[in-house]
Amino acid sequence: MTERGVTEHDLRTLIGEVKDGSLSRRSFVRRMLALGLTAPMAGMMLAQNGVAFAANGLRDAYKPTKAGGGGPLKLLFWQAATLINPHFAIGTKDQEGSRIFYEPLAAWDADGNLFPILAAEIPSKENGGVAADGRSVTWKLKPNVKWHDGKPFTADDVVFTAEYAANPATAAVTGGSYINVKVTKVDDLTVKLSFKEPTPFWADAFVSSAGMIIPKHVFADYTGDKSRDAPANLAPVGTGPYKFSEFRPGDILRGVRNPDYHVPNRPFFDSIEMKGGGDAVSAARAVLQTGEYDYAWNMQVEDEILKRLEAEGKGRVKMDYGGNLEFLLLNATDPNVEVDGERASLKTKHPAFSDPAVRKAMNLLVNRAAIQQFIYGRTGRATANVFNGPAPFVSKNTSFAFEPDKAAQILEDAGWKKGGDGIRAKDGKKLKFVFQTSINAPRQKTQAIIKQAAQKAGIDMELKSVPGSVFFSSDVANPDTYPHFYADMEMYTWNMTQADPAVFALQYVSWEAATKANKWQGRNICRMQNPEVDAVYRAAQGELDLVKRAALFVKMNDLVVADYVLPLLHRAQVSAVNGKLEAPASGWDNSLAFLAEWYKQA
Amino acid sequence: MGAYLLRRLLIAIPSLLGISLILFTVLALAPGDPFGELATNPNVPPEVREALRLKFGLDDPILVRYLHWLTAMLQGDWGFSFASRVDVDELILQRLPTTLFVVGSSQVLALVIAVPVGILAAIRPYSVFDQVANTLAFVGFSLPTFFTGLLFILLFSLTLDWLPFVYQADIAATGWRWAWEHVRQAIMPVCVLGFFQAASYTRYVRASVLDVARLDYVTTARAKGLSDGTVTVRHIARNALIPVVTLVALQIPAVFGGAIVTEQIFRIPGIGSLLINAMLANDTPVVMAVTFVFACLVVLFNLVADLLYGWLDPRISYR
Repeated sequence: MTERGVTEHDLRTLIGEVKDGSLSRRSFVRRMLALGLTAPMAGMMLAQNGVAFAANGLRDAYKPTKAGGGGPLKLLFWQAATLINPHFAIGTKDQEGSRIFYEPLAAWDADGNLFPILAAEIPSKENGGVAADGRSVTWKLKPNVKWHDGKPFTADDVVFTAEYAANPATAAVTGGSYINVKVTKVDDLTVKLSFKEPTPFWADAFVSSAGMIIPKHVFADYTGDKSRDAPANLAPVGTGPYKFSEFRPGDILRGVRNPDYHVPNRPFFDSIEMKGGGDAVSAARAVLQTGEYDYAWNMQVEDEILKRLEAEGKGRVKMDYGGNLEFLLLNATDPNVEVDGERASLKTKHPAFSDPAVRKAMNLLVNRAAIQQFIYGRTGRATANVFNGPAPFVSKNTSFAFEPDKAAQILEDAGWKKGGDGIRAKDGKKLKFVFQTSINAPRQKTQAIIKQAAQKAGIDMELKSVPGSVFFSSDVANPDTYPHFYADMEMYTWNMTQADPAVFALQYVSWEAATKANKWQGRNICRMQNPEVDAVYRAAQGELDLVKRAALFVKMNDLVVADYVLPLLHRAQVSAVNGKLEAPASGWDNSLAFLAEWYKQA
Repeated sequence: MGAYLLRRLLIAIPSLLGISLILFTVLALAPGDPFGELATNPNVPPEVREALRLKFGLDDPILVRYLHWLTAMLQGDWGFSFASRVDVDELILQRLPTTLFVVGSSQVLALVIAVPVGILAAIRPYSVFDQVANTLAFVGFSLPTFFTGLLFILLFSLTLDWLPFVYQADIAATGWRWAWEHVRQAIMPVCVLGFFQAASYTRYVRASVLDVARLDYVTTARAKGLSDGTVTVRHIARNALIPVVTLVALQIPAVFGGAIVTEQIFRIPGIGSLLINAMLANDTPVVMAVTFVFACLVVLFNLVADLLYGWLDPRISYR
């Protein structure tokens, strides 16, 4: 086949070969690249012809030809898992610990696509898995999967998991993913999910961290109030690549290779150890400097330090981008006025930010490029969008710039004139803002950068930092938490735990505003009230055409960033890995979501 | 003696009740929420968080929660951890051996250093040995353990690569290898804690020996023609160590309580790291149990120290 000689027929033959497995996806893409096609284009071609992109890509990257023989895999988590029942997992650390033993039907891969784990295939309209009316989804389960105790994995386990999590007496944290869905068994290897409303985004139940399936035969006697007594809470029986061997809450978690794992030649390692505790910097050292450990999770360490440790040559730093966003919120309500005993009430308007000129000026005063370059380094990318992935949801209509002079001009034109003290004011209202965030070195540095630019433009800024444990708590009585937002501006990161903006976008709709009435439990923290945003969100929720739906979210993104939200950085999940360790992961899922595919090069 | 003991035990009850009430109130008033981390997970709806709070009784009034806790504690139920969803006593017992080993060894090390050094320094006051010992003692207790800990890691783990700096509670080996691995990983934390403690013990021993050495009965012993060694060991040290014994008895609760900072630095799964992690996670039942048990031990060992004192020094009587 020469460069020019490729015909449609040749392509179809090749795609057919990939389909029946005689040609690997990887070599197909390589041939296409030689022909001048880009890799994503080749991937799209396969996807349109019914070859799942992720499935083959990830599995193909795995080199070992037999299971086992890899010795121990040593993971270091500076926050230790305190429990290993995925449905009780309070933090990500607990989800990661559970993920070693339990698996969901599907996981999110690095591109934000669903990747089948315990499912035989991902439901789609083409394979009949997704109903045309959007009211039901049918999952086909992978046959011949066994629990660690040898019992077969069936649809009963899937149905049971949903019942277990949805039961309020169980007090499962994953309950929210199962209360609005009816799960029925069709046959031993088929389950059907039915929704009350047409649901374009159905990949919540049984997917990713909230979707880990637990065995019915082990947990059946321990539902509801009895759930806390289940011995399996501390000694899991799952389907995952490693079998449980030891757990000490808050300290160590150990597993051994599951010889009956349902994917051939996996896993590579004979045993796994997840040690917890300590701090992030010394965890990075244990991997990058002494090599005592193979992998260190969630490296919340300044990139400069990571670079220095990486220079030792023992390991490397890995970035996995999902949709996590560091942003700056402008308060839409007035935090200094009390209405009916409530500060920042929806009945008020912020004296300065209600003027679009001030918001626009503020946006021009944030030096995102400098924040990325000098503070976050490789661990974040400056962004002008609130939705930074997956690709279809990312707006191309936005841009950011740092233009303090233009900002000053905008304020001047809007009537905010400098007074004798150098602070701009209009109708007796001064541009004096309180800017709060959690105590965290990079955030304090970012605050300083923003304050400096604002000061030059005639905006006075008082910086406030609150301890993380207070700022991120849902304590109703504490006025310093981020949902109270009793300040003019605040900054933090919001994680996108699914490769779909449906839940993530709720923080911009008016009915989710955090108020006294809902004990500040609402998700809309800046309390913006934009009917246009609401309308677009509602339309997206009912839109079954996925292309149109993506376009709606792009529109929503553009509206939101022009309102009270200033995106700063798209942040990566950062980990430190041994130089020989291949550890495929996804920014859209737990770090250990693809643990079965991990191996060490010889 | 019996009456004294009874009286002391009766006094201990209200003080323990008071301690528990204060601890509980402070913890209840402290900011934070054990399910706070869920608030930053967009997938967990607020209703689920509310249901959890309700289920674990976090929205009840403080007094009701305190009485619940107290009645359970009196029946031997130490509480149920929010973060791990297991009984607190299970968590504590799991970690006790490690703490006893590490902190206990460090106390032994401290005494092994402090007693001879303190005595030697005191019987030749202002000699070169005394000056050196004093200087080191000052340096020793001026340097906080988190600093020496990091220094040790930097030197022995990172630069020389001799010792591991991540502690493993159980090692997958048997026989001598098991013992050796345990010793190897314990060297740094035990030394850090031991040297720190030794520094202050040395000062105590020295002061107390100096006091005793000036007394008339020591002069008498010397006048009798006893050898220097006999006078030092049998006459001076024996009496001088009485206050040191009390000091050590008062340190015993700390052996159970663990060393918060050092345990965190070396990732030792002991009581100290359990406490700090529970605090960070707002896991009140664990914090409450650990601090309360610690309070009980302090009260108990104060009593033991007082009793020991009388036994060692018959001049003291109990009324």
